[in-house]
Amino acid sequence: MDNLIEIRWHGRGGQGAKTASLLLADAAFNTGKYIQGFPEYGPERMGAPLTAYNRISSTPITIHSNIYEPDYVVVVDDTLLESVDVTAGLKETGAIVINTTKSADYLRSALKGYKGDIYTINARKISEEALGKYFPNTPMLAAIVKVSGIMTDEALLEDMKDSFKHKFAKKPEVIDGNMKALELALKEVKKI
Amino acid sequence: MSIRERLSGNEAAATAMKQINPDVVAAFPITPSTEIPQYFSTFVANGTVDTEFVAVESEHSAMSACIGAEAAGARAMTATSANGLSLMWEMIYIASSLRLPIVLSLVNRAVSGPLNIHCDHSDAMGVRDSGWIMLFSETNQEAYDNTLMAHRIAEHKDVMLPLMVCQDGFITSHAIENIELVEDDKVKEFVGEYHPEHYLLNKEEPIAVGPLDLQAYLFEHKAQQATAMKNAKQVILDVSKDFEKMTGRSYGLFEEYKLEDAEVAIVCMNSTAGTTKFVVDNLRAEGIKAGLLKIRVFRPFPGEEIAKALSHIKAMAILDRADSLNAAGGALFEDVTSSMYVNNVHVPAINYVYGIGGRDTKADDIKSVYMDLLDIVKTNKIDNPYRYLGLRKEAQK
Repeated sequence: MDNLIEIRWHGRGGQGAKTASLLLADAAFNTGKYIQGFPEYGPERMGAPLTAYNRISSTPITIHSNIYEPDYVVVVDDTLLESVDVTAGLKETGAIVINTTKSADYLRSALKGYKGDIYTINARKISEEALGKYFPNTPMLAAIVKVSGIMTDEALLEDMKDSFKHKFAKKPEVIDGNMKALELALKEVKKI
Repeated sequence: MSIRERLSGNEAAATAMKQINPDVVAAFPITPSTEIPQYFSTFVANGTVDTEFVAVESEHSAMSACIGAEAAGARAMTATSANGLSLMWEMIYIASSLRLPIVLSLVNRAVSGPLNIHCDHSDAMGVRDSGWIMLFSETNQEAYDNTLMAHRIAEHKDVMLPLMVCQDGFITSHAIENIELVEDDKVKEFVGEYHPEHYLLNKEEPIAVGPLDLQAYLFEHKAQQATAMKNAKQVILDVSKDFEKMTGRSYGLFEEYKLEDAEVAIVCMNSTAGTTKFVVDNLRAEGIKAGLLKIRVFRPFPGEEIAKALSHIKAMAILDRADSLNAAGGALFEDVTSSMYVNNVHVPAINYVYGIGGRDTKADDIKSVYMDLLDIVKTNKIDNPYRYLGLRKEAQK
């Protein structure tokens, strides 16, 4: 399983990190991959730190444990940098994507010398601009797709349009905003 | 052509139930199986199925309603976990002794206390002697496939026993994975209609169900149950053969993974078998002859077949995701080793209790078991056959 990509998500309850991991699994599935998407359930409550995982591979995946040496880490809430060891086990050939407006110096010191690539994105700005509300998961989904190269931008946009139509069947007014959030995020995720 | 999908284990179980379209589903929610009746209730509300959905006030009532429905001549299903199964306990035995082929989806979770909602097999192990057929599922696919086969096995005239399909709470129940679904019409044809030989609502043949059964005949009725459980083995194999014809997916009493030429082997059930396969592949790449025997059919216990399949192994470890707290070893360990004994096969064996209360079982944990086995092969010595895997170090004193 040399082609196996493992991703760990860090978020807080209510921010949609679990949903984002499931959407990523969906999108990768639609490109023909074998996928796993699963949250680590703790005492679930709004604001509590939570972890979710993805495995994506072109061959069947048999392993059923949490992910300890991820290729990529997504941090949906930068206040977690102070309390959670987000780079634990993260491969140096991989990358971390953080939703933040904090400075590069701060991030480097908060990540305790992590030698892999560090990407940032202001998911709050994008979400508020596109949706008028703060839902960081859609921009973060686009950001990790861009950084990991799991699929092309076009494939993601096309696939998510279908997913959103299904997911938001009862509130179609949010579909365009979510699509816009994806497009903006694909453009604005930056390496520091 | 099968349908390529991605579903969680709970979605897979609910989808199988939708395609089976049973007459009655009676359920009470409990994590992590809650989603199964939840999804199923939407199928009922949408008219996708014409099942009578009974939203009962407890698991005791859920099993009681299934018993009533099956006794009347209907096909009934339910789902539960952990303490939900504990509350069904009294009725679990009644279902099997009345020979009612109810199908239950058991999403394995630790039985409290202290309160824990995560996976282990203490719920299933608590009912292992209750006379239910028990199938275990490594993946969402297997949870789905086992459910599709369940009624054909349970309702077979030589069996007539209730059946539970087990899968690991959260680890598979809440994980999205690839799955191949069978088309609705094929499932309908495969499962077939249920026409019980004797049932309460048959006005041509008035019967009593579950009356007093004292010294004169209870013993004989229990012996008949035991015979039915023995019969189930062949029926499971036959139904699995038919299922393979339909889907191409092959199922036996257990799965042998790179076991044929293995020197060291692990025996385990459910999702940990997948992690073990991953480790076996890695060890094989290093030239280590590791293998796996994954139990699918835990009741009836295929002791003779297991003893034969493991007879060439130099050392083996049996993994129990529930501790029997008997100071001797877990339930699967005892079943496997006693089967080996009565079949005159001796293989050095150790037991690991692991994954209690959802403790994650890593590839490294499984690898350490194989390393321990290699050490046993080398030294021909077992210090302690009853061990823990993944327990915090300070607790191992």
